[in-house]
Amino acid sequence: MSARKTKPGTAAEYDPGRRSFLGSAAAAAGVALAPGVFLYGIAKPESAAARGLDVAASSDVRWGMLIDLNRCDSGCNECVNACATENGIKSHGRPETDAQWIRKVDIRDPRSGLSRSLPVMCQHCAEPPCVDVCPTGASFKRADGIVLVDRHRCIGCRYCMMACPYKARSFVHEELEDQKPHAPRGKGTVESCTMCVHRVDADELPACVEACTNTGGGAMLFGDLNDPDSEISKRVASYPTRQIRADLGLDPGVRYQNL
Amino acid sequence: MKRIIYSEIEGRSAAFRVLVLILGAFVLAAVFGVFFGEHGGYSGNGANNHVVWGVPDVFAMFLIVAASGALNVAIISSVFRKTLYKPLERLSCLLAIALLLGGMMILMLELGRPDRVIVAMLNRNLTSQLAWNFILYSGFITIVIIYLWFQMERRMNRFIPAAGMVAFIWRVILTTGSGSIYGFLVAREAYDSAVMGPMFVAMSFSFGLAVYNLVLLAALRGSGREIGDVLLRRLGRLLGIFVVVVLYFAAVQHLTNLYAAEHSGVERFILRDGGIYTLLFWGGQILVGGLLPLVLLFGFSRRGIHPTGRIVALASMLVIVGAFAQLYVLVIGGQAYPLNMFPGMEVSSSFFDGVVLSYTPSLVEIGVGLGAMSLSGLIVLVGIKVLRFLPATLANSAVDPHFVATSEKP
Repeated sequence: MSARKTKPGTAAEYDPGRRSFLGSAAAAAGVALAPGVFLYGIAKPESAAARGLDVAASSDVRWGMLIDLNRCDSGCNECVNACATENGIKSHGRPETDAQWIRKVDIRDPRSGLSRSLPVMCQHCAEPPCVDVCPTGASFKRADGIVLVDRHRCIGCRYCMMACPYKARSFVHEELEDQKPHAPRGKGTVESCTMCVHRVDADELPACVEACTNTGGGAMLFGDLNDPDSEISKRVASYPTRQIRADLGLDPGVRYQNL
Repeated sequence: MKRIIYSEIEGRSAAFRVLVLILGAFVLAAVFGVFFGEHGGYSGNGANNHVVWGVPDVFAMFLIVAASGALNVAIISSVFRKTLYKPLERLSCLLAIALLLGGMMILMLELGRPDRVIVAMLNRNLTSQLAWNFILYSGFITIVIIYLWFQMERRMNRFIPAAGMVAFIWRVILTTGSGSIYGFLVAREAYDSAVMGPMFVAMSFSFGLAVYNLVLLAALRGSGREIGDVLLRRLGRLLGIFVVVVLYFAAVQHLTNLYAAEHSGVERFILRDGGIYTLLFWGGQILVGGLLPLVLLFGFSRRGIHPTGRIVALASMLVIVGAFAQLYVLVIGGQAYPLNMFPGMEVSSSFFDGVVLSYTPSLVEIGVGLGAMSLSGLIVLVGIKVLRFLPATLANSAVDPHFVATSEKP
């Protein structure tokens, strides 16, 4: 059992203090701190998540998210801000061409007046249309379900943006500077939420989930949908959850509760 | 049938040179416009993260669809053995190549990273319709060049029907593929439809013949060559039939969508509430591109008045205007209507969810389209000057196999 699987990043259980403690203690001692918990780059990773760069992602894992709309406040933008900070996404004051990896969407039923607010980002589909239509194979899905764009192979045709039912992708219209080394971007190519793959691979939570847990409503849960013991799987098994445009049969990895 | 004589145009007149210069300037303007206009970024373009493909793609679709349609004239001769069309074969092939190269120029300049064209050549994802289309486009040009060579080299003439058949099959697949770029987009209500492929084939017949008619008539007029009413009538009538077929497919497309309640939103948008798109649909696509050409081409034939060169040219121009309207409604209008992520709900966000999106083409985008059309024109102009594409005459006596017989009968 992986370290990630035994300690799923649930909204309730996750403790950021513990994580930073682990990080600093490991840097000093360079030892495994607890049975079953190994630190990336120090001990040989046993988990599918905290794996070495030379180890391929495993299809034993299907990373996913569950977002509880009862805890998602319309005015709260913590996830969006955290994503922008983490991945170096800046607004140029041109909303039509500015990139957005995650956005808050407000929906309202015109008959009943019931309204909801929810974050929408790349839904990391099991059958991603963006991957199907990409002429060069720049859009791809990792074995663990994370959908990414190879920025070296993307030619900027934007066919994936035409195909995505979630408007999850952005074309980089502007010159970029001060990029984050872990989230390289490129003018003239297409990009979208990476599920913070750099953090997930280092056994950390995506930035949006972490921010939602720490300073937001605690609505976002990240984990392994393939592991029946993970918190996310238990919640999905216990409560009705929905995928956006489930009718398209794309099996998104992002699910919503109370939608 | 008499032997057909082809000859180059003289191409020394001031008008010819000015035309070449103007077209060349447009091509250069497009290339430099893209290079300098987009050097600092793409935010000056009309296309954005919401309307993803802009006016250049309208031009590209027109040129690519018209390319396969322009080849039809040659196909009618070599595959369907209509000898009347024999003298028109060569120009048909030249025009097809020229139009497709124009379309490919746009597709290349339209990339976010035009410098990475080589990446597209080396990496092909075969589940992508676009990747297939790159193969279909380059294959088309290769096949048509060989087809053309068989026509121009007398020893190879016997292979013309075989080459024509291959070209015919290839072009049907190509145009179906071009339509399927849109037809396969399941997420967008305006597209997601199997009718797109066949409709694009029908559109290619009409748009391609319209361009062919205009180029032929202009080239003949410019070089002082004759065209008889036998051929003219045939070209006009054929265009009219193709216009009807396009209208038929448009009716099927919209009626099918209207019947499905889930698509009624996008249909209301295009047909009634869409502002510029509604205007372009009814005024451009249906009236100017459909009904008016039909009146011009068929309206007076019962009184024994048959279309003249000018009428056929005018009808062809109207068909082309309608074609641009139709493609604008399809490409831009289809994207302007918001994605329906939450059916039945009112949706809003900072990312333009749930609202009709606005699009205004930029100068660079229009320049790219005009530059590509100019490239096609330039290829045809230079082609007919250096090689024998154009028949010396298309007078009734030269093209009509029955002409001599009927006139010699007592």
